[in-house]
Amino acid sequence: MELVVNILLGIVIAATPLVFAAIGELVVEKSGVLNLGVEGMMIVGAIAGFSVTIQTGNYLAGVVAALVAGALMALLFGVLTQTLLANQVATGLALTMFGLGLAALWGQDYSGKAAGNFPKLDIPVLSDLPLVGKLLFGQDYLVYLSILLVVGVSWFFRKTRGGLIIRAIGENHDAAHAIGYPVVFYRYLTLLFGGACAGLGGAYLSVVQTPFWAEGMTAGRGWIALALVVFAAWRPGRALLGAYLFGGITILQLHSQGFGVKVEAQYLSMLPYLATIAVLVIISSDRLKVKLNAPACLTQPFRAAT
Amino acid sequence: MRYRTFAKLTAAALAAAAIVAAPAAVQAEKMKVGFVYVGPIGDHGWSYQHHQGLLAVKKAFGDKVETTHVENVPEGPDAERVTRQLAQQGHSIIFTTSFGFMNPTIKVAKQFPKVKFEHCSGFKRAKNVATYNIRYYEGRYVNGVIAGKMTKSNTIGYIASFPIPEVVRGINAAYLGAKSVNPNVKFKIVWVSTWFDPGKEADAAKALADQGADVIFQHTDSPAAMKLAEQRGISAIGQASNMKAFGPKAQLAAAVNNWGPYVVARVKAVMDGTWKSTDTWGGIGAGMLNIASVHERIPADVRKQAAKVQADIASGKFHPFTGPLNKQDGKQFLKAGERASDGLLAGMNFYVQGIEGSLPK
Repeated sequence: MELVVNILLGIVIAATPLVFAAIGELVVEKSGVLNLGVEGMMIVGAIAGFSVTIQTGNYLAGVVAALVAGALMALLFGVLTQTLLANQVATGLALTMFGLGLAALWGQDYSGKAAGNFPKLDIPVLSDLPLVGKLLFGQDYLVYLSILLVVGVSWFFRKTRGGLIIRAIGENHDAAHAIGYPVVFYRYLTLLFGGACAGLGGAYLSVVQTPFWAEGMTAGRGWIALALVVFAAWRPGRALLGAYLFGGITILQLHSQGFGVKVEAQYLSMLPYLATIAVLVIISSDRLKVKLNAPACLTQPFRAAT
Repeated sequence: MRYRTFAKLTAAALAAAAIVAAPAAVQAEKMKVGFVYVGPIGDHGWSYQHHQGLLAVKKAFGDKVETTHVENVPEGPDAERVTRQLAQQGHSIIFTTSFGFMNPTIKVAKQFPKVKFEHCSGFKRAKNVATYNIRYYEGRYVNGVIAGKMTKSNTIGYIASFPIPEVVRGINAAYLGAKSVNPNVKFKIVWVSTWFDPGKEADAAKALADQGADVIFQHTDSPAAMKLAEQRGISAIGQASNMKAFGPKAQLAAAVNNWGPYVVARVKAVMDGTWKSTDTWGGIGAGMLNIASVHERIPADVRKQAAKVQADIASGKFHPFTGPLNKQDGKQFLKAGERASDGLLAGMNFYVQGIEGSLPK
């Protein structure tokens, strides 16, 4: 039983960076913008969070730095694609390359340093409960934040006026503009939110999960987060599920190797990706549904008619 | 060997920009020495150790040499471009330090017959291309002895990257070392299919620790496993460089690559005009591999025993792969007293008897 709990704990930690990055990108895409620079924003968030944590010794400062750094990266993307109307796909790819390079430069003095342990929730009695205590009441704070964020985003899109406006902009920016909503302004807001989330996802990796800085340490997680958004059919709850499924398969395959399961390691390594592809295929088999789910204005530049 | 799989998207641009500009006043008699690295110096592993070699050259020859290094060069066309550029700039000797630089090095060497090339970890040579590498398995055997003595759960975890001979040889050597002092020892091996993914390496270390491993070996590049061992209060063995900063309590010992002596000797040979194309595979004896910072919490007798094994390997009195040894399926591959040839070691693609699980093909 102890082992099961440990496996579950491992899954939570592997999934959390993906949850942050995916939920951020989901909001961005809901407003009709595709930002492929998630990987770049994550890695800049990772070094920002790590360097500030090391410098100040304060985890909250590190988290804030990661949020700000990710948002600044997204702001750059916003200026290029929303104000200057550059192609979103090309700009997103460039943002990733830029982010990887920038983070490498920034991180030169930080490789070889290690951070301490991120504070965890500790409720007397509850956190000490056998088995479930550590799992439910003993995680680090960011895990709870990631889940709250998913619930919050889901609520925001369903129940609030702002959520409705963003959805409307994502579906038909011309109509939204015609009835008086500032399309570009809202898109900037979602981009900043998405960037901050990606930055936090990166910081989770460098400040909580490992915790140290190494160049290129996001190792493709930004791309997985992008796939998760499609996987989730732009629904927050499903993005959470997808991230945990992905993290779960990753951890389980590592454990199954340790137990000596007689399957070639390469197949096990492929499993998370195969599962993602399989679900994507199943989801996209119903064309109508895909069309209904995907924001209709995704990747389309908006130019206000004068 | 470094089959780097993670894409270095920025590297193309960076490599071009990173050619370290030569200082202004170049004296005619200064010899230029170039280094090409696959990773950043800040990786605190593979490329970091190669850079220590460059620093050794600077220290040894001072004003007589001028050194140039290029970091983050991806394996492929960029490597060829960077190497050619160094040759054109008048470098007398160029060290290319990743397995994937092999073909680019050979290609450029043909165009610059007067320039000497040194390729690390490859197997192709030419008149002006020498190869060099370290017998890492010697260090893994010594560390296996330490791990075998220090494990309480008799379970040793091993994070492996790709099933190539170098990695398989390392697993076998570590197992034989541990088994030689602890007949009950068991290895749990997890293949992560990457050289570098700190998150995944940490996950793998976590899985091994959860399954009862209390000493962790790794054949991946980041210190994630060491850091996790420190958090969990278990032990780990440092890889490629000293990882003490990440596991002040956890690190039992580290096998540290020491390229300095070789690199300095080769630069000297070019100066003296005695350079020849050679194939060097040096280990502890040649001073190319050090067992560093053996932890003081290890009992004195264990430290002594490990030091003895290390000394015997260095002097050639003992070889980690000495028969009788069987493959996993029980077939003998070394008769009693027989030592593994370099050819056998270079192509090792099987587990030795006693290791459980199947080797990925």
